[in-house]
Amino acid sequence: MDMKATKKKLGMKERYRALTRDLGWESSYQDKDAIFPYVNYEGIKVHDWDKWEDPFRLTMDAYWKYQAEKERKFYAIIDAHAQNNGHLNITDARYLSALKIFLQAISPGEYAAHKGFARAGREFPGVGTQVACQMQAIDELRHAQTQIHAMSNYNRYYDGFHAFADARDRIWYTSVARSFFDDAMSAGPFEFMIAIGFSFEYVLTNLLFVPFMSGAAYNGDMATVTFGFSAQSDEARHMTLGLECIKFMLEQDPDNLPIVQAWIDKWFWRGFRVLGLVSTMMDYMLPKRVMSWREAWEIYGVENGGALFKDLARYGIRPPKGWDDAEKAIDHMSHQFMLGLYQWSFGTSFHSWIPSDEDMDWLSAKYPDTFDKYYRPRWAHIKKLKAAGTPFKNYGLARLCQCCQLPSVFTEPDDPTLTCHRETVYKGEKYQFCSDGCKDIFDNEPEKYIQSWLPMPALFSELGGDVGAWMNWVSLRDGDDNGDYDGSTDQKHFNEWRGLATSNL
Amino acid sequence: MQIDLRTVAIEPQRNAFDHLVRRFGDKPASRYQEGSYDIQAAENLHYRPTWDPDQALYDESITRIVMKDWYALKDPRQFYYSTYTLTRARQQDTTEANFAFVESRGLAAMMVPDLAATALKVLMPLRHAAWGANQNNTFICGYGYATVFTQPCMYHAMDNLGIAQYLSRLGLLLGDTEALEEGKRAWLDDAAWQPLRRYVEDCLVVRDPFELFVAQNVALDGLLYPLVYGRVVDDDFAVKGGSAVAMLTQFMTDWFDETRKWVDAVLKVAAAESDHNRAQLKQWIADWSCRAAAALVPVIEIALGVQADEAVAEQVEAFKARIRKTGIDL
Ligand SMILES: [Fe+2]
Ligand SMILES: [Fe+2]
Ligand SMILES: [Zn+2]
Repeated sequence: MDMKATKKKLGMKERYRALTRDLGWESSYQDKDAIFPYVNYEGIKVHDWDKWEDPFRLTMDAYWKYQAEKERKFYAIIDAHAQNNGHLNITDARYLSALKIFLQAISPGEYAAHKGFARAGREFPGVGTQVACQMQAIDELRHAQTQIHAMSNYNRYYDGFHAFADARDRIWYTSVARSFFDDAMSAGPFEFMIAIGFSFEYVLTNLLFVPFMSGAAYNGDMATVTFGFSAQSDEARHMTLGLECIKFMLEQDPDNLPIVQAWIDKWFWRGFRVLGLVSTMMDYMLPKRVMSWREAWEIYGVENGGALFKDLARYGIRPPKGWDDAEKAIDHMSHQFMLGLYQWSFGTSFHSWIPSDEDMDWLSAKYPDTFDKYYRPRWAHIKKLKAAGTPFKNYGLARLCQCCQLPSVFTEPDDPTLTCHRETVYKGEKYQFCSDGCKDIFDNEPEKYIQSWLPMPALFSELGGDVGAWMNWVSLRDGDDNGDYDGSTDQKHFNEWRGLATSNL
Repeated sequence: MQIDLRTVAIEPQRNAFDHLVRRFGDKPASRYQEGSYDIQAAENLHYRPTWDPDQALYDESITRIVMKDWYALKDPRQFYYSTYTLTRARQQDTTEANFAFVESRGLAAMMVPDLAATALKVLMPLRHAAWGANQNNTFICGYGYATVFTQPCMYHAMDNLGIAQYLSRLGLLLGDTEALEEGKRAWLDDAAWQPLRRYVEDCLVVRDPFELFVAQNVALDGLLYPLVYGRVVDDDFAVKGGSAVAMLTQFMTDWFDETRKWVDAVLKVAAAESDHNRAQLKQWIADWSCRAAAALVPVIEIALGVQADEAVAEQVEAFKARIRKTGIDL
């Protein structure tokens, strides 16, 4: 008898079931609660893990094959980029500030996501969920590594990259992203999935990666374009997982709805604050601009986000609570943030600068209601001070928000002339916030957020306010890594090298 | 914008990232080093985990093994994501060719039916054991400390899943879905499999990442792989005309040879760190390997019958010799 002829033909779904879903079993020697100890305390009710729909049915043999193919291409391109001085192809070394922020603040987030998904990949009791999380865990490790590898060559030629590991743990502005990921990882597995899998990967990732990668392409940075492209198909999987996860929670039990809604409110606002960095990059840091932050928000926030929440409305989900405040902040945030970065540029391991007249005209055109009215005058003032030889610097202690960790540079949603401050007193201590959104998050979980490590107070308590000692501690080389781009070593080197490479001598 | 650049020699301003210069000196770093050292957050962690406020977000003290520097536990294969996936993709090509070969020549059908049945009896329940291994390595990656130690565990976990899937394919090829079902039933109910299942389930509640590393990767796999894929499949089945099975499990044999070098290197460095570590490792290895050996006897019996005791005893001796080479006197 020909054995082959008798074989049942398995469909994709059955085959995946046989190869993956069927691997688990009901334990009998150990209690299920002991094997999965963290799955109940958040209050999410799951009645049937088998109802989980696999968002993609990828087996390991296929995973290795696809990913290896992408890896081969990626390293071939960045090797060539390094060998041919590809860094001289960028529009201008100002562009590198965006990359420096990325390496110090975002790549560590990829790593945190890797760890978090490994934990989720162990803690959820359903095989399908676990495998999807595990694949994301290994993908995110890939992202951290490819980013470091892509930027390694920039580090050999430019300042501000060399101490990214120290900056990740110690410098003030990375704490915005770090606290975001620490917050997600210290939450339970379900909240982690809403925080990273849904809010970050699904709602916000397009606002981060699409502008970033197009910015890289417009500005001649092939290394970054390459890791962006290479990560795209991974991200497509991650987005599907995030969406499946939220639908699964909502379909399993109606009691899950208020919990999930509260997490969406929280993580939308947390994520929106992290994106403050992106808005500044888009509007100020790209020598050749792709689109304004406002335009990106229209496409990826309003259109895509709107469609998503319309789709989720059938489960009773409404758009995140902070949505309207976010909308009101869009025309202000990049300017407010860049003004902040410029005045504190002594303490940043990247350069900032005063926008040129041409830049300011672009900003006026993109922000007709706000730029000329509120921000051009402030830049004009700063420019005058610089010309007079008394550049504007703020060595003062920036007041950081206890929740998002950004300095309080943002204004009231309905009054752009008034800086927004909120306060809460908890157990006799006073805590400061940048917005209602951040204050609400604190008020819901005060015991968590009183633990926040605030880099500015830490500087004063541990180093007695000694800025030089602080710079050593964060491995920031004064005069090279920080300050105005105009007159920097990066500027000097780039112009010199590019001159060499393009002159016909 | 692509401008025409002349090739010019530009003097690099520095060789490597600061943290790598501090570790390895002022010279260019390898991609393994860049992707593995100090990339886990180490200081100023913001919040205690709500799932266990007694531990930190990244916590060296949740294991009884103590290391001055966890980054000493280097992977001798120097696997980072890229080298790992490229290596596995190459092996996958071989495996695919092996499956195709067995299938196209009808080699499975040419096996003595008894032998095919025995192969399925031994191998199908191991799908679930491999899934247990996946769980455990995912745990070690998630909660262990320092990327050099944890990233190979993520790779290992994916390998464990891959192995469970190769076993599933083997089952479908030799015996269709019924073979898988029967294997699961045996795993859950047959007396021969209960000690092993108990072992795996007991591992699932161990929350010391290093103890779990010992229980799963050192003790259990250190005995299971050479016994099942070496002694039973490669030796016993092959002489009985079952080399098709050996072809289909070649990945497992090669994989064990490769990964044990990593496992041994981890043990060696951890044991050399202190007497405390060495004593702890010795105790864990002794306890877990003793249980593993006992759990494997009835499994090996399925294939080797009365010779099982002797085969396991032999393998235990070989295992002890292997462990002694890592500086742990078993
Ligand atoms: Fe990622
Ligand atoms: Fe992702
Ligand atoms: Zn805030």
